Amino acid sequence: MANDVTFDAEAVSAEVAIGISKIQEASDLQELKSLRSQYAGSDSAMTQASKAIGSLPKDQKKEAGKVMGGLRADFGRALSLKEHELSEAAEAQALAEETVDMTLPVNRRPLGARHPLAKLLEDVEDFFVSMGWQIAQGPEVEAEWYDFDALNFGPDHPARQMQDTFYVKGNQAKDAAGFVGSNMVMRTHTSPVQARSLLQRGVPLYVACPGRVFRTDELDATHTPVFHQCEAIAVDKHLTMADLKGVLDKLAVAMFGEGAKTRLRPSYFPFTEPSAEMDLWFPDKKGGPGWIEWGGCGMVNPNVLRSAGIDPDLYSGFAFGVGMERTLLLRHDINDMHDLVEGDVRFSEQFVMGE
Amino acid sequence: MPMVDIDWLSDHVKLAEDLSYEQLAADLVRVGLEEEMIHRSSVTGPIVVGYVVDATPEPQKNGKTINWCHVDVGDAFNDKDKQGNPVPRGIVCGAPNMAAGEKVVVTLPGAVLPGDFRIEPRKTYGHVSDGMCASERELGIGDSHDGIILLREHGFSEDEYEALKPGDDAIALLHLNNPILEINITPDRGYAFSYRGIAREYHNSTGAAFTDPVKQLNRVVPDIAAAEVDPSYQPDVEVEIEDDNPIHDVVGCDRYYARAIHHVDTEARTPNVVRRRLIRAGMRPISLPVDVTNYVMLDLGQPLHAYDLDKIAPPIVVRRAHEGEELLTLDGRKHELSPEDLLITDSPNGERSSRILGLAGVMGGMYGEVTAETKNILIEAAHFDPISIARSARRHKIPSEASRRFERGVDTKLQPAAVQEAVEMLTRYGSGEASHEPKDLDNTVKPRDIHFKASEVKRLAGLDCELNRISEILADIGCRLGGGGNGEFTVAPPTWRPDLTQACDLVEEVARLVGYDNIPVVVPSAPVLGTSGLDATQRRQRWVANTLAEYGLVETLSYPFVGDEDFKAFGVDAERIKHSSVELENPLAGDRPYLRRSLLMTLALTVQRNIRRGLQNVGIYEVGRVFLWDEQAPAIPALPGGVRPSDDELAALDAGLPEQPTHVAGILTGDAEDAGWLSEKRPVDWSDAVEVLHRISDRLGAQLRLNQADPDEIGPSWHPGRSAQILLSDGSVVGTVGEFHPKVNAALGLPAHSAAFELDFTAVSSSLEDAPVQAKPISAFPPVHQDLAFTVPRSVTAQQLQDVIAQAAGDDLESIRLFDVFTGAQLGEDVKSLAFAVTFRSPVKTLGAEDSEHLRGVIVEQAAQLGAQLRA
Repeated sequence: MANDVTFDAEAVSAEVAIGISKIQEASDLQELKSLRSQYAGSDSAMTQASKAIGSLPKDQKKEAGKVMGGLRADFGRALSLKEHELSEAAEAQALAEETVDMTLPVNRRPLGARHPLAKLLEDVEDFFVSMGWQIAQGPEVEAEWYDFDALNFGPDHPARQMQDTFYVKGNQAKDAAGFVGSNMVMRTHTSPVQARSLLQRGVPLYVACPGRVFRTDELDATHTPVFHQCEAIAVDKHLTMADLKGVLDKLAVAMFGEGAKTRLRPSYFPFTEPSAEMDLWFPDKKGGPGWIEWGGCGMVNPNVLRSAGIDPDLYSGFAFGVGMERTLLLRHDINDMHDLVEGDVRFSEQFVMGE
Repeated sequence: MPMVDIDWLSDHVKLAEDLSYEQLAADLVRVGLEEEMIHRSSVTGPIVVGYVVDATPEPQKNGKTINWCHVDVGDAFNDKDKQGNPVPRGIVCGAPNMAAGEKVVVTLPGAVLPGDFRIEPRKTYGHVSDGMCASERELGIGDSHDGIILLREHGFSEDEYEALKPGDDAIALLHLNNPILEINITPDRGYAFSYRGIAREYHNSTGAAFTDPVKQLNRVVPDIAAAEVDPSYQPDVEVEIEDDNPIHDVVGCDRYYARAIHHVDTEARTPNVVRRRLIRAGMRPISLPVDVTNYVMLDLGQPLHAYDLDKIAPPIVVRRAHEGEELLTLDGRKHELSPEDLLITDSPNGERSSRILGLAGVMGGMYGEVTAETKNILIEAAHFDPISIARSARRHKIPSEASRRFERGVDTKLQPAAVQEAVEMLTRYGSGEASHEPKDLDNTVKPRDIHFKASEVKRLAGLDCELNRISEILADIGCRLGGGGNGEFTVAPPTWRPDLTQACDLVEEVARLVGYDNIPVVVPSAPVLGTSGLDATQRRQRWVANTLAEYGLVETLSYPFVGDEDFKAFGVDAERIKHSSVELENPLAGDRPYLRRSLLMTLALTVQRNIRRGLQNVGIYEVGRVFLWDEQAPAIPALPGGVRPSDDELAALDAGLPEQPTHVAGILTGDAEDAGWLSEKRPVDWSDAVEVLHRISDRLGAQLRLNQADPDEIGPSWHPGRSAQILLSDGSVVGTVGEFHPKVNAALGLPAHSAAFELDFTAVSSSLEDAPVQAKPISAFPPVHQDLAFTVPRSVTAQQLQDVIAQAAGDDLESIRLFDVFTGAQLGEDVKSLAFAVTFRSPVKTLGAEDSEHLRGVIVEQAAQLGAQLRA
């Protein structure tokens, strides 16, 4: 009976205080839940006390309500505080249980590798692109006219014999010297792209051509029958050997770092006049800095310009070629050409993506 | 390439004191004569002059007779008797020419001869031989091994021979320890194939005083011009030149100079210095006349030929060969002659030009040579058309010392002087009597003058060079200069420089003598014209290469050569593929004479090599050219250089070339995923290759599709049920992907289920637009997801069903993804289940349940065309 219950502020306060202290000692959320129903549920002292307020004289009701309000707030605060504390601890526990060894090897899809030579060709292309040049390509099985005649190697030119040429079988025609052949070779250098570029693109021309070339050398530590060159040709109205030297020095720095430079020695190529061999000053050379043969170059021979229908009295230009294998061998201290051509994956993997 | 002997070079130019071979090489390279290498002797002493005190023949049981000798090798090297007095050394010598009283070359214990031949005392034939008397071959200075070197016969003068004392250092005496410089001569510098030319270049490089030997010889050459008007003039031989088949309208022989020398002692020994110089130049001493002609060729650059004058029946006729004529050359080889070959002939029995003496400028024949019996000699010095000589040497594969010089162009004014030097030597060493009535047929024309603007030096070389300096340099290299006003000259090049034909040739002369180092350095700026940077195809090629490496494959660059072994391994019809493959005339490896039509064929060899080296799970790729031969391709014309061909001619050059598209291909072997703590081991199969292919396709935006075509179409290299053609969206075939046929794996030693792809990158790239992607608006309306599972006949591919669904779904389809494939008894035979997750989204509204139902209905209806039924 409601009337049997009397409102005892002291008693209910004591009871709630016990409840709060139990809450503070609770060890899990389950216990907290049962404490809540014990001390704040319908049968709890607090609920009973609230009900008892109704039987109090009017003037005491307000006071008693105030007391109860305070008790509920205290209890609720203690409860939620503990609730938060316990759930944080539970989460921390759960996460602790999920701990892994982060140093375990994870490599579901291992990276492959670029071939350093292919990447070097791209680096050289990027060098020329950065100078505002274009990049050109040409066929690897080439007409002799492009590989030789257009470059001022006549059919009887002794320099034609200097090239260890792979000749290609094919439908037969007489060449200009009366020797019957297909008039087709595997290109012995990237220089035929000079002639193709002059014919296709005209002047002014600033073009580089990296690519594969072929000579009948057996594979050994320093030779390979299939190798790569990069050809560069610039033809314009004002170009001299001074410009040639400028581009060579820039390329040397791009390939071999600050401190690299080039020098020229007189030489001979049918497609350039004046012609030069180019030496590279390589600061990081094994055994100390020094000069190393790096390529051939010169001013485009007027006959080459004429082969492309360009007036050599108005236009001049320079051309050069550098060996890509040689560049790579030097730069990375590779001692054996076999490593470059055999395709052993361990070799390329050292360079990862070629940097 | 030529050897440069400091001793010989100093005949013509004043060399720096104590000039080293290194310095000589550096001086020559500066003007363009490149060092090939400095050859160094491997001989160390003691090697000394010995005097044979006694030589006692001792016949041996084996039939040989050896000599037990005592040789005085000088007190420093002699033996000691019991009292400690020097006595000659005991040496065993088997040489037949050993005799008491000779001065010989003794190699003493401690000496090392070529081939790491170490001399030590050794017991032989019952004696201790305390050294060895050496032959030329043992010392590395010649071929002679018939006997030991007798210094008496070695070409010393009487006084020199007298002065030789036992114990004298023979290393210095015979120049055994001298290095020698080998240089490379570029084809434009024919004149540098001689000491005369090299001395001139040394002068050009260093300014050292140069004396042209030809100038001196020309002072004593018989003056024919004056003599020939004398009616009593009887030239040594009659010579006629008749060229009925000139090449490029150039007569094959434009000068024939011949001079007799009588009563030559052809058995006379060639002097030591000449022999030594020839040997050091890499030539074998043969006989005085031959040695002299070789010596003059090396010294002055004029090839000479010596005939036995008494065997020659005049007139000598220089003519082209007739069809069917043959010649046995001195090297014993028989040659069928071509009507382009130039011959030297004579006229026996009154039959004019009926006997061939030799292939002009290349090699002599068997008849008419100088022999031991020869008394009177005719020396020929001619000038031939370089092209004619080059073709004959190439045609008959006889690259001789003579042809090498004629091909590069010999001085047209050199002939009388060269013969003069030869007859002087034969007079001096062979006591001959030189004729003073030589024959000279001289039709040479002087080199064409070059019009030269001095400003070209600046225009081409970028070199600021004063006018005086330019004319000085040109005069110094032998040019004669006229004019000079306005900085314009008429330049007459010297007769030994046929390479000087254009103004730019003279620019090079000025630039190299001023020094390339003095040219300034300028970085040119390329004008911005058209597009710069990589073009679309070049960019795409990089994308593909990088994508594959990022996917996990390793890039390789294999040689393009293939042959029967490869055709067999790939199970292809060798005869058929040969007809469509480019074939090399001169392959390096005879068994791989073809160029690949497929990258996989050469990539497979690389995989093999990796596997043989113990590597597993090898996955590699290559981006490279293949070569497609068309038997019907037109022949490629031969066109001249120096003129622009017509557009039709240029088209004809390209029309005859094989197609050479760039392909990209890869091979995957072993495990796609390793067994590990993270995953199960999963061997590579077709799906890996397909994934790679899709990766490429996505990277390029190429929308490549697969067509599981008839195995006959895909070819015998592939698994018939696990391979497909790769198609462009227009349906054209651009490659193959799948697993290799098990027979291919077995033949190549690859693991089972090895997978591969090959794609025609050129075709794919050219099918792509280079235009920027046009973006669609992004819809913010909510998506609708549906899972649709169909049963279809097994022959229906996932691609076919997906295409039908996509088609039916129309514009509101956002994505479609196959998530399950299932076959099983409960479905029935020849039936499979394919389940797709489909997402729809409209750009204009929220799709409702009825929209979703409608789309599903349309899809099911369309799918029924393939025999597909929606599963409950």
